[in-house]
Amino acid sequence: MAIFLAIPILGLMVIFQSAVFSQVQLLYGTTDLVLIILVAWSVQERVTTAWHWGIIAGIMASLATAVPAYAIIPTYVVVTGIAIYMRRVFWQRPLLAMITAIVLATLLSQVVTVAVLVINGTPIPVIEAFYLITLPSVLLNLLLAVPAYALMGDLANWLYPETIEI
Amino acid sequence: MNLPRTFQTAALAILIISILLLALGGYLTPISRIAFSPFISAQTWLASRYMAIRDFMTAPRDVARLTQLNEQLEAEVSRLQAQIIELQQQNSELEVLSALLDFARTHAENEYITAAVIGRDISPFLHYVIINRGSDDGLRRGMPVVSSQGLVGRVAAVTADGARVQLITDPDTAINVRIQPSGAEGLLQGSITGDITIETIPQDAKINNGDLVLTSGLGGNYPPDMLIGQVSGVRQSPVELFQSASVEPVVDFSQLEIVLVIVNFRPVNIGPLIPPPEAP
Repeated sequence: MAIFLAIPILGLMVIFQSAVFSQVQLLYGTTDLVLIILVAWSVQERVTTAWHWGIIAGIMASLATAVPAYAIIPTYVVVTGIAIYMRRVFWQRPLLAMITAIVLATLLSQVVTVAVLVINGTPIPVIEAFYLITLPSVLLNLLLAVPAYALMGDLANWLYPETIEI
Repeated sequence: MNLPRTFQTAALAILIISILLLALGGYLTPISRIAFSPFISAQTWLASRYMAIRDFMTAPRDVARLTQLNEQLEAEVSRLQAQIIELQQQNSELEVLSALLDFARTHAENEYITAAVIGRDISPFLHYVIINRGSDDGLRRGMPVVSSQGLVGRVAAVTADGARVQLITDPDTAINVRIQPSGAEGLLQGSITGDITIETIPQDAKINNGDLVLTSGLGGNYPPDMLIGQVSGVRQSPVELFQSASVEPVVDFSQLEIVLVIVNFRPVNIGPLIPPPEAP
């Protein structure tokens, strides 16, 4: 059930990202809704389908960008791993895990994107890109991190209800 | 005191006429003021009480009626506002389509397909838009995309129902351009910020702000003489081989809604004509 839900939810996020949020810019940075939702889902305690969501998110995102799919899909899988790792490290502070994972995931995805584009011959000034795109993107993603965590928490509680041992 | 009846009548008539004459002459005004004042005061008091009681009795019914009327009017205002917005949107679309039609008429040698911009690349490093026409509509990779103002970009990838268009502002863009009126040629490049510049302009070329930038057609990727923008700044250094220029594009890429794809243009792949580098 949780795996099947990933397709409409992440698909909707890609549509929102492409149609609306890619035009809402801070300097030249934008939010990455798919990444935020993926991280918010992966840091939930009882979620067992995070890896599946990571692969689906990568495939969905690769459909809406010119960044090569061989860079996007592994990046989202690694982002899932980062979120799961943060959940284990900050198991008593899930919101801290979420925020840390968002910062690391955003930095990772943008570094990978820049690296792949530069390797493919696109002239990107790395320092300028870091200040004008990466840092504002991190800030925007952090702004949406808390509401996304709450939303995905509700979804996780609905899909994985807490079992009480008597 | 038994006065004859006629005398009484005459006296009464004289009295009335006298009073009337005095009244007409204004001599009775102080007396009438004093005489009528209590009546007017009493009537005012009574009338005000009556109005208060009548308002009290009828007010609840009026409030309910007014509330209902207000709701109806608010609904009507909302409906009309929505209608205004819809009409403004239609008018805006009509203006864009009219401009595109004018553009297509003035460039009758090309065949166009109209497409709506439905999204943008989700990566902030790239400048692509997604349009709602694809291979089912005859779109192919490499076809130039224009708006009523000028060159927008070219089709970079196609699916059955949609296509991704690389804008001329994309950092990976490289277009051979010609600057008018000097005729100097250069290579137009995009950037991550969306600014476009022309590099490799010969040092001896006379470039000024406001000069037009057009595609030159070299390389075979774009048709010649498509308007791109105007020179907004020139950077020249005697120690460099070339000069460069900033370009202000004529197309407002943030407001891009409808574009035209030139479907009868086939890009030329000159790759096989370029000799491979010789091995050392």
